[in-house]
Amino acid sequence: MSILVNKDSRVCVQGITGREGMTRARLMTEYGTSVVAGVTPGKGGQEVLDVPVFDTMFEAMAATKDQGGIDISVLFIPAPLVKSAAIEAIEAGVKFLVIVPDRVPIWDVMEIADAAKEYEASFLGPNTLGCLSVDQAVLGMMGGTARSAKDFFKPGKVGVSSRSGGITSSIAYYLSKAGIGLTTICHVGGDVIIGLPHSEVVKRFQEDPETEVIVMFGEIGTSQEERVADLMMKKEVTKPVVAYIGGKGAKEGTRFSHAGAIIEGGKGTREGKIQALKAAGAHLVEDFVDIPKVTSEVLKSLEKPE
Amino acid sequence: MARLFEYQGKEILKRAGFTIPDGKVCTSPEETEETAKKLGGTVAVKAQVWVTGRKAKGLIRFCKTPEAAREAAEELLGQVVNNFPIEKLLVEKLLEVDRELFAAIIIDDAEAQPVVIFSSLGGSGIEETARKHPEAVARKHIDLKVGLRDFEARELVRKTTLDRSHYNKAAATLVKLYKAARLTETRSIEINPLIITKDGQWVAADCHATVDDYAVFRHPELGIEIARELDHPITTLERLAYGVEKSDYRGTFYFFQIIQDIPEAGKNTQGEDIIGFHGAGGGGSMISMDSLGKTNFAIANFCDTSGNPPASKVYRAAKIILAQGPIRGYFASGSGVASQEQFHSARGFLKAFRELGLSVPAVIRLGGNKEEVAIEILKTHLADIGVPVEAYGKDDSAVSCAERLRALVDGGPYSPIGPDPISNPDPPEKPYAFKTLTGQWTVDHAKCASCDKKPCVDACHPNILELDDGKVVLNITAEEAAKGRCTECLACEIACWAEAKKAIKIDLPIPGLDEYLAEKEVVQEVS
Ligand code: SF4
Ligand code: SF4
Repeated sequence: MSILVNKDSRVCVQGITGREGMTRARLMTEYGTSVVAGVTPGKGGQEVLDVPVFDTMFEAMAATKDQGGIDISVLFIPAPLVKSAAIEAIEAGVKFLVIVPDRVPIWDVMEIADAAKEYEASFLGPNTLGCLSVDQAVLGMMGGTARSAKDFFKPGKVGVSSRSGGITSSIAYYLSKAGIGLTTICHVGGDVIIGLPHSEVVKRFQEDPETEVIVMFGEIGTSQEERVADLMMKKEVTKPVVAYIGGKGAKEGTRFSHAGAIIEGGKGTREGKIQALKAAGAHLVEDFVDIPKVTSEVLKSLEKPE
Repeated sequence: MARLFEYQGKEILKRAGFTIPDGKVCTSPEETEETAKKLGGTVAVKAQVWVTGRKAKGLIRFCKTPEAAREAAEELLGQVVNNFPIEKLLVEKLLEVDRELFAAIIIDDAEAQPVVIFSSLGGSGIEETARKHPEAVARKHIDLKVGLRDFEARELVRKTTLDRSHYNKAAATLVKLYKAARLTETRSIEINPLIITKDGQWVAADCHATVDDYAVFRHPELGIEIARELDHPITTLERLAYGVEKSDYRGTFYFFQIIQDIPEAGKNTQGEDIIGFHGAGGGGSMISMDSLGKTNFAIANFCDTSGNPPASKVYRAAKIILAQGPIRGYFASGSGVASQEQFHSARGFLKAFRELGLSVPAVIRLGGNKEEVAIEILKTHLADIGVPVEAYGKDDSAVSCAERLRALVDGGPYSPIGPDPISNPDPPEKPYAFKTLTGQWTVDHAKCASCDKKPCVDACHPNILELDDGKVVLNITAEEAAKGRCTECLACEIACWAEAKKAIKIDLPIPGLDEYLAEKEVVQEVS
């Protein structure tokens, strides 16, 4: 099993005729993702990698309806155009979006979030490498090529959620290399407002019967890691969480606006995150290279009932 | 996020219909005196700096006479606050205050919604007010679809201790502030204090605003040159780097200097070796920098080329890093398992290191997709430059790579061979050229005539080169090449240099870099 995407998910690529879209569509199909449609306004009627291209999301949805429609749309679109493309997909009925581009303006992201809420859809990103369910499907650009993705990531019981794209695949690779297999690995996105923060991804891992341990890579800023700690405190998340919080060397930003501090309520520092997670019972890793070691210990402790 | 000065924030407010105090931005004591004279009466001379609580820090002076204003300006201008010298003063007519209020629109990241905050007590920091007088502060999330409506704003201000005679005016003010925030795409905009004057006017006496960096491109009216928050005034090299990033949309390139003046010996006051840092990806860069700390290096700069940058971008980044001065080593390390093909970066490093004549040891950790090819490129083509360049992949941790650099830096001295460009500097006899997205590709067809292997054509993965009567030419139009079909991957240039006649030259200028280096040279000679 897996979260967010599996081998049966029907996927559309918005921006499939562009440089990035085409390269990543190849990665996705070669890895096993079922890409059923592409959308680029003005380029309908063509085929890219045997995938039919449509002019609009509504058209793509209608044309694929009999085979099961579209579950997921992955966006490779210049940042200023993302808002319109994302809301188009949401209103056309797509329930899950992966917004790969970075530099999407924050007020645009808020509008996308608003539309998603109204249509009960969700989105990963923006500024995400995507996610990958091992040996099933990949969304976005995780792994680079199908070959390397197959080589790097092995199936198993650990879910990975990370604030950094490169680190998502690093952790997944080092775990696999240590003989620890994975369910789904997920890059939540690097921006301050994102569709599925750690807390949402972790909740999904909690519901996934195959995932037994969750590995989380956190960073300073935002309150995502604190919210995971909250979920653990409330027992909404009971699976073990192994966490590393980066940014030891980074200077804490001096705050310019006091009003921002009111809203965040003191959240966001590395120390605060570590304290909250420790108090909630997470396994904190001090040294990045120790993630596989700690994860394997946690997995072992699950094997023998206490 | 881009921070705005008070006067810039007030310009936003003015455009939105707010009343702001009479005043002017001044940059000299003379101008300040002149302005004070024109305004008449007592004026406030306010340093334009990015800190809160300026009054208590002596950065706002109240001056009764133009002479006093001039003196205040003399004291303030040039003073350094949080690394930034004061360059501008806002000189304003003093208001006759009856009441001080607070109003702000802030984006709540966790909820992905804007929040309006209003307080019937203004002046001091809102955190403090909320703690001491919670009854005076109210806030509310705003539904983006409908915006902030006047009745909602009235309901909000009713929950504070504001006198009901002011409800309508306060609500209208908040609605106006929301519109300004929405229109300008601010991350936060805060009026503190919002003043009711003795004669009943509502005036925005101070304004703190930050703008979403990603939206700055839609707001030329803000006049923001560089949408990036630095803790020091931007340096020449940072400006050059920003220029590179802006003119090339492929991948990101983020560069800033941590040590701005590297001492001649390349060591900081603690005796640590200063090295150039070149990361890839935020998280990986952070971990890599931590590992440098553990091996007693001081880091000259932060640099991140990621998001699938072309070789040309990595090349330019490397050149800028090396232009910083007498660093003792070069450390490149990212996440370790990158999704992007690593040989692009390897070619960028190769070209930069040879052209500039790398004179210090380098450790390049290029883990991830196609790392074998990348490592091979660096190993074969940099073995003879007289300083060690070691390349590693995903199975070598950042810490172990940092330890390698430690050993190499300690293992000197080395005898670098100096600049040895991979392309022939002589003017071509029979030139054939085309423009690339950010540079120019040139070949000397005179040399191709005696080349039998023609490795350049095969090296070009985008497949845009072909042979025409033994000479290499484009098989697409020059426009297509210039628009990005030539990916500036540098593979043809390196193949021709390594296996053929050094006939290809790819020029990738960094506007301003030569001037920068020349000027530095002059300064060094003088001192
Ligand atoms: S490899 Fe160099 S010399 Fe040979 S054909 Fe190509 S450009 Fe000309
Ligand atoms: S001509 Fe081909 S090989 Fe040479 S830089 Fe351009 S894309 Fe690369």
